[in-house]
Amino acid sequence: MNGALQDFWFLVVGVLFTGYAILDGFDLGVGVLHLLVRGDQDRRILLNAIGPVWDGNQVWLVTAGGALFAAFPHVYATAFSGFYLAFVLLLFALIFRGVSIHVRSLKPGSAWRHAWDRAFFTSSLVASLLIGVALGNIAWGVPIAPGFLYHGRLLEQIHPYTLLTGLTVVALFTMHGAIYLVLKTEGGLNSQVRRWVNPAILAFIVCYALTTLATLIWLPRMAQPFLARPLLGLVPLGGLLAILNVPRLIHHGRELQAFLFSSLSIAFLLGLFGIGMYPEMIHSTGDPATSLDIRNASSSPLTLRTMAWMVLIGMPLVLGYTVHIYRVFRGKVQLDSMSY
Amino acid sequence: MDILLHSRLQFALTIGFHYIYPPLSIGLGLALVIMEGLFLKTGDPLYQQMTRFWTRIFGLIFALGVGTGIVMEFEFGTNWARYSRFVGDIFGSPLAAEGIFAFFLESGFLAILLFGWDRVGKGMHFLATVMVALGSHLSAIWIIVANSWMQTPAAFHVVDTPVGPRAEITDFWGAVFNPSMLDRLLHTLMGAWQAGAFFLVSVSAWYLLKNRHHAFAKRSMAIGFALALVASLGQLATGHAGAVTAARHQPVKLAAFEGLYETRADAGLTIFGWVDEAEQRVSGPEIPGLLSLMVGGSRATVVKGLNEVPVADRPPVQTVFQLYHAMVGLGMLLILMAWAGAILAWRGTLFRSPLLLKLGVFSVLVPQAANQLGWAAAEIGRQPWIVQGLMRTRDALSEVLVPGEVLTSLLLFSLIYLGLFIVFILLLDQKVRKGPLAEDLKTNGGAA
Ligand code: HDD
Ligand code: HEM
Ligand code: HEM
Repeated sequence: MNGALQDFWFLVVGVLFTGYAILDGFDLGVGVLHLLVRGDQDRRILLNAIGPVWDGNQVWLVTAGGALFAAFPHVYATAFSGFYLAFVLLLFALIFRGVSIHVRSLKPGSAWRHAWDRAFFTSSLVASLLIGVALGNIAWGVPIAPGFLYHGRLLEQIHPYTLLTGLTVVALFTMHGAIYLVLKTEGGLNSQVRRWVNPAILAFIVCYALTTLATLIWLPRMAQPFLARPLLGLVPLGGLLAILNVPRLIHHGRELQAFLFSSLSIAFLLGLFGIGMYPEMIHSTGDPATSLDIRNASSSPLTLRTMAWMVLIGMPLVLGYTVHIYRVFRGKVQLDSMSY
Repeated sequence: MDILLHSRLQFALTIGFHYIYPPLSIGLGLALVIMEGLFLKTGDPLYQQMTRFWTRIFGLIFALGVGTGIVMEFEFGTNWARYSRFVGDIFGSPLAAEGIFAFFLESGFLAILLFGWDRVGKGMHFLATVMVALGSHLSAIWIIVANSWMQTPAAFHVVDTPVGPRAEITDFWGAVFNPSMLDRLLHTLMGAWQAGAFFLVSVSAWYLLKNRHHAFAKRSMAIGFALALVASLGQLATGHAGAVTAARHQPVKLAAFEGLYETRADAGLTIFGWVDEAEQRVSGPEIPGLLSLMVGGSRATVVKGLNEVPVADRPPVQTVFQLYHAMVGLGMLLILMAWAGAILAWRGTLFRSPLLLKLGVFSVLVPQAANQLGWAAAEIGRQPWIVQGLMRTRDALSEVLVPGEVLTSLLLFSLIYLGLFIVFILLLDQKVRKGPLAEDLKTNGGAA
């Protein structure tokens, strides 16, 4: 029973982070692409394409953090204290991002707006990169001492493998953001963003292939579950097919479907990561017994059970009204008196 | 040691800065419900203009609340890892519940509240406003549940695990309804309503002073005063209840609030004063027997003093005493401001007196100050414990922090928050100067 609860919570935390990657992923991607469009009007359209939703998208990160704290307090404690400066940087990037979106429209001057445009781009890029680097570190492993103690220096946490996962996430979010923009723009801007989609997909597929290769060479344990159960191979395959489907859908003008398939590919990708990690949550490069996994790092069965009820009651409500809100804002961006 | 000091300063800075915004979100959120409700009921376009204008301000305040709140969500892990391991089984749940039941609701429906005027019908828009206000109140509930459990822990047992002891929950609802939860929740909400109420009063007074938007300002001010009338009295009642609860469950904290060293019956209440920690006495005007009377209903009630516990288990008495007395003093001032202000406004005197209007402009600072003082009194009054009686603040720190890193983050946070505050004031100033828009009067606010 307890084992099943721990599995359930592994899944919930995974779903919450996946929700975050899908939703904040596209608005971070829009930020990475922001400087490619010229002209104030077009940049405003980009900002207002994510305007009503980026704030709510971040809540997925907050809730994932809360869920991690509730279900796996040791993972929460070890990860956030161990990656101290990296997380502080991520928090600053997220704060700066919010500020630049709001402050840009304060003054009409082009120097002012250019400065905040650059801040918006940089913070989006840094946030995406750090998220990818963090994923890479969790997979690669860190030296954990008995008692779940780990502290690393920021520079040790950035090495070829984690840089590669960092770039992969940047490419993924950029691709996802470009596809989202195809959905939200019209006219000349639309033709412009359309031209970004294929290169972005290509860049992502190259990063994805390299990461896969690097993982197979350096982290064969991540591949174990797939060798043991070949059926699981459908997950990476599904991810690839979902991505490859996107250019076709865009070509046929099925933009919403293209965006949904892009989201699906993110879900497959994080599924892949989760299967590779399970049951570990932070891998130890030293004694394997010091790794944090869903068994030794979890809360008590009573907490897991109570919170499972909360999730089962709460998340369907959340999904319901989130879908409703996205439907209210469907269609192309129109600027009005409330716009940024 | 430095790491402890820096981490404490960083927590105090980040929570104190965060707590500028939530009270405004909560209070203004409720005011928006009232305004838009009146619009639906009366069809008067002025109410729609008010709703739209204050919604824009609300959006700005909310954004700062969110930006600074995300920091709080992760700070327990970054700086207080040992605390997180020890109480995660209990303390993590309300934080997760806050995300699931409150933050999604608030930020999701905020999109409709801000950007949905021409996309949804009037009824749907009102529903979104109600959901945002509900969300911010729910988030107050869950975070106060978490914080109150630290003040008055309940429904747990301490279990030994391979990596050390930890507190595990024995009864979820017992932990939620811990002894101080309801008092503190209601008291905090009243503080938030007052912050929102006087914010309305303040901006409206500025318009009247500048001779702008008369009808708009007067009506906004009326809603502000109506909220303030209720909340200022509610504050006194719930604050009193909180003190009675503290006397029972955190007697050392109450004794520090009142500067009471010797356990005694017929304890008096000092109105204001100075604690002489060496001589263990307070000088200042005192009402004899009142503390005993308030805590237990009779002058014979015995109130516990600080000498019940060793010095090492006491908070810094002078600090806590002054913070607490300043809060209560401002509470009394707020009652006066709400009632006198409302009467003067009703008579019209307020609008004719530039001096009174100027005071009105500054009134917003009083509830903000009281909110900060109240939290500081409650949190410092709990020291040296991070979880009352169970874990000390100095044992709560992350095991692995490196001095330079915490100092770096503390300095960076200070710098960034200073910048953030300047940006907030600039944006607020811009929105207030721009004022309500004529186009907001057009009642086309619905696609359906
Ligand atoms: C009494 C109310 C109250 C108190 C004591 C706190 N907060 Fe807060 N918080 C809110 C009331 C609130 C709110 C009203 O719900 C906010 C403020 C403005 C807003 O937009 O939402 C919010 C925002 C907010 C957010 C952003 C949510 C989002 O993304 O939408 C987070 C993560 C936190 N808070 C977390 C915390 C933590 C960890 C706290 C304690 C250490 C804390 N808050 C104290
Ligand atoms: C009117 C007289 C007031 C009394 C008698 C009073 C009493 C109290 C007491 C006893 C506490 C400590 C509760 C505890 O932690 O055990 C407290 C905390 C607090 N007070 Fe007040 N208070 C008053 C006015 C105010 C005002 C005007 C505000 C803000 C507008 C305010 C805001 C707070 C806050 C935010 C806290 C911390 C949260 C909490 O512990 O409940 N108080 N107050
Ligand atoms: C919910 C979990 C909370 C935890 C774990 C927590 C923990 C702490 C810690 C470790 C400190 C530093 C200790 C010290 O400097 O004395 C502190 C101080 C403080 N906290 Fe809390 N706190 C919590 C909630 C809150 C909330 C919700 C508020 C108000 C919004 C708040 C307001 C403050 C204030 C104003 C201080 C500064 C007092 C000081 O410098 O000591 N706290 N808290």
